[in-house]
Amino acid sequence: MAFQTLLFYLFGTVLLAAATAAVTLRNMVHAALSLILSFFTAAMLWMLLEAEFLSILLVLVYIGAVLVLFLFVVMMVERHTPTIHRRRNYRIVASAVAAVMVAELGMALLAPDFSPIAQPLPAPLEYSNTKALGSVLYTDYALAFEAAAVALLVAIVGAIALTLRVRPDHHRQNPARQSRVRKQDRLRLTDGRSEPPC
Amino acid sequence: MPDWMTDLSVWLRVGEILLGAMLILLPLLAVVAYYTYAERKVVGFMQMRLGPSRVGPRGLFQPIADVLKLLTKEVVLPAQANRGLFLLAPLAALVPALGAWAVVPFDDGLWLANIDAGLLYVLALTSLGAYGIIIAGWASNSKYALLGAMRQAAQVVSYEIAMGFALVGVLMLSGSLNLAAIVQAQSGGILDWFFLPLLPLLLVYLVSGVAETNRLPFDVVEGESELVAGFHVEYSGSAFAVFFLAEYSAMILISALTAILFFGGWLSPFEGTQLAQAIPVLDSGIHWWLLKTAFFMFCFLWFRATFPRYRYDQIMRLGWKVFIPVTLIWIFVLGAARYAGYTG
Repeated sequence: MAFQTLLFYLFGTVLLAAATAAVTLRNMVHAALSLILSFFTAAMLWMLLEAEFLSILLVLVYIGAVLVLFLFVVMMVERHTPTIHRRRNYRIVASAVAAVMVAELGMALLAPDFSPIAQPLPAPLEYSNTKALGSVLYTDYALAFEAAAVALLVAIVGAIALTLRVRPDHHRQNPARQSRVRKQDRLRLTDGRSEPPC
Repeated sequence: MPDWMTDLSVWLRVGEILLGAMLILLPLLAVVAYYTYAERKVVGFMQMRLGPSRVGPRGLFQPIADVLKLLTKEVVLPAQANRGLFLLAPLAALVPALGAWAVVPFDDGLWLANIDAGLLYVLALTSLGAYGIIIAGWASNSKYALLGAMRQAAQVVSYEIAMGFALVGVLMLSGSLNLAAIVQAQSGGILDWFFLPLLPLLLVYLVSGVAETNRLPFDVVEGESELVAGFHVEYSGSAFAVFFLAEYSAMILISALTAILFFGGWLSPFEGTQLAQAIPVLDSGIHWWLLKTAFFMFCFLWFRATFPRYRYDQIMRLGWKVFIPVTLIWIFVLGAARYAGYTG
């Protein structure tokens, strides 16, 4: 068995175990941590496919930022919240989504041009995955790339608009005004004797 | 038996990598130990105190005494803590902080791994360091620890964006993600280093680095006045020591990367001049990298002794409303300059 094959089965086993744990564990923090582990092993599988740029980006963006915030939210939730799991209609929706995904995966796997070779041919030494991806992304797929960027921008603006609460009684600080304050605006020296109340 | 298992050259390479890792990690541990000594001495002198002076000549054996003390103390497990995660958290903090050193180029040709996407690798690993603290905060089952972990999560995610954008500038000038190639792109003397064309980004990177490692003035994660000790309230003995080790190796890593990305790494400021040809010490070499790294390590201590702790809302404001716009504008300026023919 080649070393890569051994690694593939190792990562595959860990990935499946972690993904199963992520959907079955009752403790939500444990489930989120399993999800992190499954993302990480997926990144390692991409590394085996010599897609090192995408692999590191998966770690950087999803594990390093998105799942940190995920964990952030999950930790705020009470430790023992079994009520969410008991409601049946979630199961129906989840099963439907899973069925659609299985069907799509089946279509992809059964397609005539799908090749079951897991290992790509080794690239020449000076080949840069990052450069290749960048040149394709900014030339052939520039329009799709820009469209995705605009969609994300809309999402950002929408999220801010939904959560922004403008309260008229809200006191806020203006750092520019704070740093413009001079001594003579605030400080008054007296001769030390007590003054009559004004 | 598969043929790679009987191939001697495979095992030689494995041994070579392990030896290289040892050659990086053992000096790093020694530097961390004496960095704590330097911190206490430097901050002491800045506050007109002596710092540690009792153990050994001028207190030089103080770090060894500290290590022995921490290792012999009991690791207390809080009764309601999540045992497995509580013990996993220090390791989750340490492993990324040490793992990032694999791609750091110390001198021309002197590195453990020279990977193509080195800069991204370092950025990815430093972002993973947050998990140790978050897991510690949750597993301790303490409100102080949890609050510290929450602050950490928000702070690291915010400053990571500014840090990543600052590094985009480095990418645009060097045209490579490979750390050794980035250093080579700065060759030609002190005026060719990236700190001049990327001055705003350098400042953003350095301050974000301080914020990412939770050092003063950004240490609200363990702010004593309101959170006792933040995420590590419940940690003692060797578990606490591992957190300490992770924080200090992350500080040294940020210093080392600042030297590599903005100040030419191992390159000499006198590179190419007659002075460098006449006196070999002044020519490029690992000592220049060490010197630059030491300077930024000193800056971390200097900041600690100089600035009062930021308030939480001030930290968020600086990250989102100052640093991110500054980096975006500078990236645009760089793009325009590159388009006009500027090559750095």
